Amino acid sequence: MSEKLEGILGLIDQMTEVNTDSIEPMAHALDITQPLREDKVTEVDMREKSLKLSNETDQSLFIVPRVIE
Amino acid sequence: MDWEIVIGIETHVQLKTNSKIFSGASTRFGEEPNANACLVSLAYPGVLPVLNEEAVNCAIKFGLAVDAKITEHSIFARKNYFYPDLPKGYQISQLDLPVVGEGSLVITVSDESKSIRILRAHLEEDAGKSVHGIEEGKSGIDLNRAGTPLLEIVTEPDMSSAEEAVTYAKKLHELVQWIGICDGNMQEGNFRCDVNVSVKKKGDKELGTRREIKNLNSFKFIKQAVDYEVNWQIEKLEDGGKIKQATILFDPDSGETREMRSKEEANDYRYFPDPDLLPLVISQEKINNIKSKMYELPSEMKARLVKEYDLTNYDADGITSNIDVANYFKELLSFKVNAKLASNWVLTNIFSRLNESDIDIKSSPLKANKLAELILRIEDKTISNNAAKKVFDAIWDQDKSVDDVIEHLGLKQISNENEIVDILNQVLQDNEAMVEEYKSGKDKAFNALIGQVMKASKGKANPGQVSQLLKEKLKN
Amino acid sequence: MQNLTLKELSEGLKQKKFSSLELTKFFLNRLDLHNSSINAFITIDKDKSLAMAKRADEIIKEGNQDYLTGIPIAQKDIFCAEGWKTTCGSKMLDNFIAPYDSTVISKFNAAGAVNLGKTNMDEFAMGSSNETSYYGNVKNPWDIKTVPGGSSGGSAAAVAGMLAPAATATDTGGSIRQPASLCGLTGLKPTYGLVSRYGMIAFASSLDQAGPMCHTAEDCAAMMNVMSGHDPKDSTSIEREKENYLTGINNSIKGLKIGVPKEFFSEGLDSEVEKIIEQGINEYKKLGAEIVEISLPNNHLSIPVYYVIAPAEASSNLSRYDGVRYGYRTKEYDDLMDMYCKTREEGFGDEVKRRIMIGTYVLSAGYYDAYYLKAQKIRRLISEDFKKAFEKCDVILGPSAPSVAFPIGDKKEDPLKMYMQDVYTISTNLAGLPGLSMPGGLMNNLPVGIQLIGNYFSEAKLLNIAHIFQTNTNWHNLTPEEFK
Repeated sequence: MSEKLEGILGLIDQMTEVNTDSIEPMAHALDITQPLREDKVTEVDMREKSLKLSNETDQSLFIVPRVIE
Repeated sequence: MDWEIVIGIETHVQLKTNSKIFSGASTRFGEEPNANACLVSLAYPGVLPVLNEEAVNCAIKFGLAVDAKITEHSIFARKNYFYPDLPKGYQISQLDLPVVGEGSLVITVSDESKSIRILRAHLEEDAGKSVHGIEEGKSGIDLNRAGTPLLEIVTEPDMSSAEEAVTYAKKLHELVQWIGICDGNMQEGNFRCDVNVSVKKKGDKELGTRREIKNLNSFKFIKQAVDYEVNWQIEKLEDGGKIKQATILFDPDSGETREMRSKEEANDYRYFPDPDLLPLVISQEKINNIKSKMYELPSEMKARLVKEYDLTNYDADGITSNIDVANYFKELLSFKVNAKLASNWVLTNIFSRLNESDIDIKSSPLKANKLAELILRIEDKTISNNAAKKVFDAIWDQDKSVDDVIEHLGLKQISNENEIVDILNQVLQDNEAMVEEYKSGKDKAFNALIGQVMKASKGKANPGQVSQLLKEKLKN
Repeated sequence: MQNLTLKELSEGLKQKKFSSLELTKFFLNRLDLHNSSINAFITIDKDKSLAMAKRADEIIKEGNQDYLTGIPIAQKDIFCAEGWKTTCGSKMLDNFIAPYDSTVISKFNAAGAVNLGKTNMDEFAMGSSNETSYYGNVKNPWDIKTVPGGSSGGSAAAVAGMLAPAATATDTGGSIRQPASLCGLTGLKPTYGLVSRYGMIAFASSLDQAGPMCHTAEDCAAMMNVMSGHDPKDSTSIEREKENYLTGINNSIKGLKIGVPKEFFSEGLDSEVEKIIEQGINEYKKLGAEIVEISLPNNHLSIPVYYVIAPAEASSNLSRYDGVRYGYRTKEYDDLMDMYCKTREEGFGDEVKRRIMIGTYVLSAGYYDAYYLKAQKIRRLISEDFKKAFEKCDVILGPSAPSVAFPIGDKKEDPLKMYMQDVYTISTNLAGLPGLSMPGGLMNNLPVGIQLIGNYFSEAKLLNIAHIFQTNTNWHNLTPEEFK
């Protein structure tokens, strides 16, 4: 595994060949902006489905090993 | 060794929206576990976030309220870490380019004003909750709260005492309720403070290492936690030890702070812009639109009360200390009462009764319209101030009309000049000794004479008129 | 019936030559007979498919038939379909019955199409040969010792093997176009944002796009008419006037300027494949197009850039697979950390784990600027290259893949060799442009695809250009012997 990872890192290092000092990073392909959603409640209680999909539940909670703070 | 305390506060304010920040699930408190967990809240494969307009509006309102710059293009970023109450394995938050920039909030401590600089405020989603004690060695995850919109408000380390920290927290708490973006219910977790505390030797330019006390949800706890932590740090440093940066919790039962176990230790959150969300653009037009619909801010109302109604700074502060008091006062003014009188009655008489019964002004049994009636009767000289106090007591929690009580208790003031002159003449006749004393230079005698007139009139004579007429009479 | 295009099937249903029930039974039958030899499907649910067919027949009887009503379409197992096992090719989701429909599935349902089943794919869409699936390799119907390409290998094999008339697929770095090329099909990756990603299990959010995998460009247009459209549930979904991709499909292409990037014809391209691409170019010349030489100077950097950005986004997108609320959970664990680690160690395959590690690394403090940010900057340079190119031409033409289908196992142990399969397709995803692959010839009886890349929102033109090629050539009608 680590050999293959090293190879990939070598591949990625090819990026250094080009100078990008004055270039703006591109996060999205198109120049669009975030649409907004009306503040309305549209979702209903779906516990019937969601609890069934989980490995371990109890009194409508998802059960995991003890969380320590 | 003279130590200085340096405190900065990060407050998580739960925004008052109907639905969550990135989905249409309900934000209603107190539901059964996971009843408000929708597809997005549960982070199923393939779900995507869409931003709630009202959350953005709340952020803008806050920015306006603290005179901050609203960022035109702000970016959402993913804060990556693993925890069962964080279903996606990352929290959508903002890092560079938060929605609100630098602003400030002015607090008053011991009669002095201090401006606390706000560094930034950003939008993010709340995590769910872990519930313990269901089964041995297990925890239950409730994702109702996951996705609730939060505004995280960060100050510069401008506070230098526990008192300042609490004052700031209280002021912020009132402000967010005033502008309608938060319910301020601290028991429900609407308003949580992370307090960063460090100490340094007096005169030192460099700040000490800070420790962060997380999730304080009461003003009492903030004071206790800060006091304890400051002592702890000073003791440690005076013993020759070093403070290590840490995230700590306050235990209200023991009154002590202790380090948290691992969770946030030197975590690299690998922040990067969330590719499922686009840059949030807020136009000046939108900002103006929101501003035009906002009620005046506490600072604006305070300035107006001082300027237009000649209230003192102190009184204006009291009236604008929270929105319910301000609204009560506004209602009083709508009946055209004298503002100074109104403010006195609210800040002394009303407040003391509220304190006694441990209720807030919204629950006051004496509503503004009735208090206004009472104040008007003072202004039109029907009753004296003293008499008014008796009326107040009678109408505080009784459904009686002001005029009925005045009638019933016979408190009508004698303002007829002739009537007063008659009483006055009688008193002067009956108290020649006092008159002699006054004429020989004993000013105290004047008040004594007034006392006699009041006694003779059974307290009903208008004291202002009495004083004036007596002065005239005695000139001769 | 397996030789009919969507167009012909649609007509056939309208003219009552056959019913949806008959059609669906027919294809389910073919699946029974042939799927085991190519392993194109992960889930087949006859009851569900037939129920949908029956409903479609009712719609047709009422006279409310749409183009795709009643036609069985294979769905890549990356699209959540309510009530259907949706695995994304991974053990992690082996027990996951999707509780909701993705928008793509909803649209097909609304069009009255029939869900023929969920096709096999590289695990979490990470791969170029469909050799990383938890459900076993998919075999190329043209030669079952070779790969069909990936990650949409199952969809490609299903259509190439005539087990489905068409399929949906997704493309993040070439995962529609490269398998289309290796399997002799026509596949389209639309402009980013044109097809909703809601319910499409995320790999690299800023690159993923869903698209059709069919025999012909005309069929792809019909599929696009159903699949595309603004979705308020996807913030990155584009809002624009709905297009009918069939309307201009027969437009003349005389005077069309076709740009041929010199970087696509350098070393690494098989010489026989190159000849076939040049044949294609000549065909277009005959049809009246003008050929222009263009350059995409930063194209070679698209692979390192992709292998920074895609794993970075994937490492974050895959964090939700922790066994807490759904999906695989390890059987024995001592504590929470143990549960997380073992679940993800056991639930993910090697390639996925590799990419999560790379992704985590390039986002970590101290490396973010040199890797992730740098990659985003080069991404812009690559995008600018295309902008400049489109000043000189209307469409770009080149190979879809550097070779034909290669033997199973040939490149699996060498990720870098495997990554090079996407050298001609990745830049399109980085720029968010639409790209199409169509059959251009055979080499040793294995298909070779020709790639067309268009400017933003030029899908209709791409489909038109491809369609004209297909009305004048026959490559798209060829089918593998064993599956005729």
